[in-house]
Amino acid sequence: MEILVCAKRVPDTAENEIQLDRSGTEIGRDDLVYSVNEPDNYAVEEALQIAARTGGKVTVVTVGGEEDEEVLRREMAMGAARGVLLSDDAFEGSDGRALAAILKAYVQTEHFDLILTGVQADDGCAQVGGMLAAMLDYPFASVVTSIEVLEGRKLKIGREIEGGSKEISAIDLPCVLSIQTGINEPRYVGMRGIRQVASVPIPTLGAAALAIPPGTVGAAAARVKRQDYFVPPEGKGAEMLQGNRDEIVDKLIDLLKAKGGLN
Amino acid sequence: MDSIAGATFWLIRGRDLFLFLHLLGLACFAWIVARRLAPLLGAQRDFRLDRPLQRLGKVLQFWLLQWRHPRYRLAGVLHILVFGGFLLLASRAFAVLAMGVSDRFAAAGPAGLCGTVRDYASTLVLLCMGVMIVRRLVFRPARYGRPSADPIFLLALIGLLMAADGVFEGSQAAFHAQIEGRADLLAPWSLPWVLRAAFAGAFPATLRTVHLGAYLTHEAAFFFLLCYRPFGIQFHVETSLFSVYFAKLDRGTVKPVRWGVPDLQLDTLPSLGVKKFSDFTWKHILDFYSCSDCGRCADQCPANACGRPLSPRALSIKARDYVFHHYPVLGPSSDGAPLAGVLFSEDEIWSCTTCGACEAECPLLIEYTDKIVDLRRGLIDDGKAPQPLHKPLQALETRGNPFGKTEKKRADWAQGIVPVANGAALDTLYFVDSITSYDDRAQSIGRAAARILGRLAEKSTPSDTETQRRGGRGREDLAACASKAAASLGRVAILGPKERDSGHDVRRFGEETLFLALREHNTEAIRASGAGRIVTADPHAFNALKHDYRDVPPVAHISQVIARAVRTGQVRLNPVADGVYTYHDPCYLGRHNGIYQDPRDVLDAIPGLHRVEMQRSRDRSFCCGGGGLALFYEAKENERMGVRRVRMAAEAGAGVIVTACPFCMVNIEDAIKVAGMEGKMTAIDLAELVDRQMSQ
Repeated sequence: MEILVCAKRVPDTAENEIQLDRSGTEIGRDDLVYSVNEPDNYAVEEALQIAARTGGKVTVVTVGGEEDEEVLRREMAMGAARGVLLSDDAFEGSDGRALAAILKAYVQTEHFDLILTGVQADDGCAQVGGMLAAMLDYPFASVVTSIEVLEGRKLKIGREIEGGSKEISAIDLPCVLSIQTGINEPRYVGMRGIRQVASVPIPTLGAAALAIPPGTVGAAAARVKRQDYFVPPEGKGAEMLQGNRDEIVDKLIDLLKAKGGLN
Repeated sequence: MDSIAGATFWLIRGRDLFLFLHLLGLACFAWIVARRLAPLLGAQRDFRLDRPLQRLGKVLQFWLLQWRHPRYRLAGVLHILVFGGFLLLASRAFAVLAMGVSDRFAAAGPAGLCGTVRDYASTLVLLCMGVMIVRRLVFRPARYGRPSADPIFLLALIGLLMAADGVFEGSQAAFHAQIEGRADLLAPWSLPWVLRAAFAGAFPATLRTVHLGAYLTHEAAFFFLLCYRPFGIQFHVETSLFSVYFAKLDRGTVKPVRWGVPDLQLDTLPSLGVKKFSDFTWKHILDFYSCSDCGRCADQCPANACGRPLSPRALSIKARDYVFHHYPVLGPSSDGAPLAGVLFSEDEIWSCTTCGACEAECPLLIEYTDKIVDLRRGLIDDGKAPQPLHKPLQALETRGNPFGKTEKKRADWAQGIVPVANGAALDTLYFVDSITSYDDRAQSIGRAAARILGRLAEKSTPSDTETQRRGGRGREDLAACASKAAASLGRVAILGPKERDSGHDVRRFGEETLFLALREHNTEAIRASGAGRIVTADPHAFNALKHDYRDVPPVAHISQVIARAVRTGQVRLNPVADGVYTYHDPCYLGRHNGIYQDPRDVLDAIPGLHRVEMQRSRDRSFCCGGGGLALFYEAKENERMGVRRVRMAAEAGAGVIVTACPFCMVNIEDAIKVAGMEGKMTAIDLAELVDRQMSQ
């Protein structure tokens, strides 16, 4: 099975102290550490596991610039056979729809049976996967937590739904799935693995190679524009439960039930 | 009486029969040993031929003098008696064997001091076997685990060998006494002496049969034992000498990924670490053979004590059984399957804190940490790091610390206390390391250490000149030397944002490539600072800088610096009012570096401080739960190591645990809370205590 995983390089929220820049519509990026968007890692791991079971290979694609090669290399060190960078000045400032359009153009240059994305990007809106499926006219499932390959170009997929329940569906290939974290345990990639793929060439495709008409992507074509970023005001802080141990435990269980943490 | 060689056994002359049996036995033994050597020859290289004198010293101390055996009193003494007995009886065994093929040796019967010593030796070994069997069957010490038939059988066989020798000699002496009226010289109350008396009334023909039968039994028992030993725990009789001679000499270090492959060429290796059996080095396989399953390592292992799925003893025995099974004495070898997940579980491999308690205990100096690290290297290379370690490892790669905090904030704790090296002349570098730089609790240790270093640096200069002026002798000489040492503290600074994690536990968790990158970065920064010496308050950093780093200035732990200042009177400490204190030896200060006394001397220099020892202290100290990446690993365990440790302190009657390691502090303070002992027990770092008690 030929599998494509769409990955994104994002500021690592665990390793950064995010601050807004002066304009208020962007974050200060000077001291940020970037890494692969975490759910995308799970998608790559899932793709590798499916490829190991059914044969075929895994391609990882990203839209961005030269600096985004590092996420492709990290995923290649995990075991992806190929990394592809979609890069063009014309792509700058694309909104979600335009990113989906760029990815769609790439998908149409090759043949993929299955396309995976992370459930959402740490700095994104969880929209590209769905739009990509719509543009390709492929079936789409989101928040996928298990995948089983069936006979006859079908998959059995599990989806996480509200309240922690699971829904099982069958879906035809080719399709687009957005992968939820926790579907697997992504393998560890050390420095040695990354060094070993350091010199593997990464093909870069621009707007021309993808036959994307000018003006359909990029900042000018964006239909969603960010107006503001803000730091939410500080809340009233933690709620301290009062009472003896049994009362506290009861109150805690009630609270967890009320908020959907327990069934 | 007929000689053995001349006697007839079922129509076969003794000489021919025993020549055949000897050769058969030796041939079997040679074959078995050759097969046992086969996996060693296919194993990884391991350079163990250097420093022969030091190695002979080890043999003298740990093999011949059985240095570590009396650490377990009864078992140790018994072993020493049996070991000594075996050494004394070795020549006797060969003489008895020779009697079977030649009369020349039969004449050299018991005589003089040698004979007496020998008679007592064999009697003693026989008695020891009896005690050991009873001990295993009746008293069943817990560390031997479930009673197993194998050791009993082996002990009985040795007993049989001794008994056969005694009967052989006793029956001959009785025969001589009866027929020839000759009284052989036998050691009073030795086995042959007792048996001669017992046989006094027997018929000469019976004595003759008993004598020949005893020889035959001796022959069978000897060669059976010889050929059976390489199948179990008794193989250590043959291999221990080599295990001890080739033992690891440099403590505190970790073996290179591949002996003979420089660090820079690691990327060229197709695979790192131990994944299949032949990835072990030959010495490590020899260790598996040498393990005599005594269980001392597991008895001391904190992971084992807290119910983690790890026991060093099981590691050796499982590996030994694996090699016996896959490299059989008869039939082809079948090896090459992965070990992790099959022979060793991943949890088992990650459960070790590398505290070194097992290695400090093993009477045969068997190595465990290097094997664990090698297995981890294999797992890391296959992408199988435990999930909770992914984030810290990645943060170490990108931010130089496992917490993912920004580099800029690395020196925030030190503002106004110690400057960051900025290119100006510098004498002493205080290497802080990650936990002290970023952890709220550990930062207090950093501030205390920095203040102490600052005050020592201030104080040293005037007292130095004063002693020089007075030109005193004796005590003042000492003081002069010491203050010169302290004076060399000079200007103290930290690397600040330029410092990265020492990588100590990155290496010990098997991420060698990342460790090398951290080491390269730090080495460059340290050398660029121009410091002539390094001081640290973190024993993990201390161990790394001392043993893992190359080409950096000499490093001292803060406890050594303080102890020196206290001994020379350069520092005077204020009295404490009350409280019972106990000192917890951090693994990487104590066991791995032998620094036990300095911190205790410092405590004892505080007037009014009442110090008690926990039962497990010094080289038997009980690990707090482990430092570095061990903080992030979620082990499967029944109880936290730290909780156990805190209870041990309470048992010793202490109300304050003094330690000298930021990781110990974090673990022990957590454990005090988990154990519900807040208010009854507190923990303080040696540096914090000294900072508090230092005269202004």
